[in-house]
Amino acid sequence: MSQQIIAEIESRQLKSNIPEFRVGDTVRVGVRVVEGSRERVQEFEGVTIRKRGGGINANFTVRRIASHGVGVERTFLLHAPRLDSITVVRRGKVRRARLFYLRGLTGKAARIKERR
Amino acid sequence: MIQGLLGRKIGMTQVFGATGEVIPVTVIEVGPCVVTQVRTRDRDGYEAVQIGFGEVLPKSLTKPERGHLAGAGRLVRHLREFEADNVEEHTVGDVLNADQFASGELIDVTGTSKGRGFQGVVKRHGFSGGPRTHGQSDRHRAPGSIGAGTTPGRVWKNTRMAGRMGNRRVTVQNLEVVEVLADRNLLLVRGSIPGAKNGLVMVRRAVKAR
Repeated sequence: MSQQIIAEIESRQLKSNIPEFRVGDTVRVGVRVVEGSRERVQEFEGVTIRKRGGGINANFTVRRIASHGVGVERTFLLHAPRLDSITVVRRGKVRRARLFYLRGLTGKAARIKERR
Repeated sequence: MIQGLLGRKIGMTQVFGATGEVIPVTVIEVGPCVVTQVRTRDRDGYEAVQIGFGEVLPKSLTKPERGHLAGAGRLVRHLREFEADNVEEHTVGDVLNADQFASGELIDVTGTSKGRGFQGVVKRHGFSGGPRTHGQSDRHRAPGSIGAGTTPGRVWKNTRMAGRMGNRRVTVQNLEVVEVLADRNLLLVRGSIPGAKNGLVMVRRAVKAR
């Protein structure tokens, strides 16, 4: 009974328009940022290295190599209202659920095969 | 206006706030609470409203209890008294619901904390324990000294030691009501509250905000 009530409260906030994407996919994430009084959408593109959690707490981590070869990872809540959009840029073929091994690799070694 | 109601802890989850931030909330089912008795200054020497909460089978109550609840129109498991601004507003049999509270209001929640059993001083009182290394044996979670020597020649009263932990009355003050779901008698409260799921809690308007 309690679990049902909790599930009901959570389901009110779940998004229904989330595209299907997997770990290894390159995604472009649109994040709403408030700058002063303006709100704009900032994009963050990279490889999905982790998906975890379920329900309202479901989240995923995207890794990209920023300037000077610095790795940047951002974790997003899948159902957050600040998350504007998720676009799958490229589908990747990987054999693990968590791609933490990418952290130790750079350049050519960090490539992921395309899934067709 | 009554100053508090009885409820049942449902559990915790999270909701998104107006700016998209995550708010950890506890869901409390508050009410339906039925007024079972009104205490007046003339008859009882003080003013309060006694309310009841929780379903119960008739056979679980004694005959005196059933008699006490006869005027209320329904049988309840728990009875508590709360202050009210004006007790004359309330009559026996009135049903009070979660809509007594408004979102943004501050409340105090009282419950019985989860019992932890017999616990050592590290868990129970936050002691640091002993050193992990440097040849220590059997001292890792020990309390250390519990007092001086010949003077006073005994251990002071109330010295913090190992013992039963939890399962006592705990009040958390100044919790914000994030949302009131009046149709379901649910309150979403920012933060955590004492006790296990399905535990009885008293929800009162915050003493410090009155």
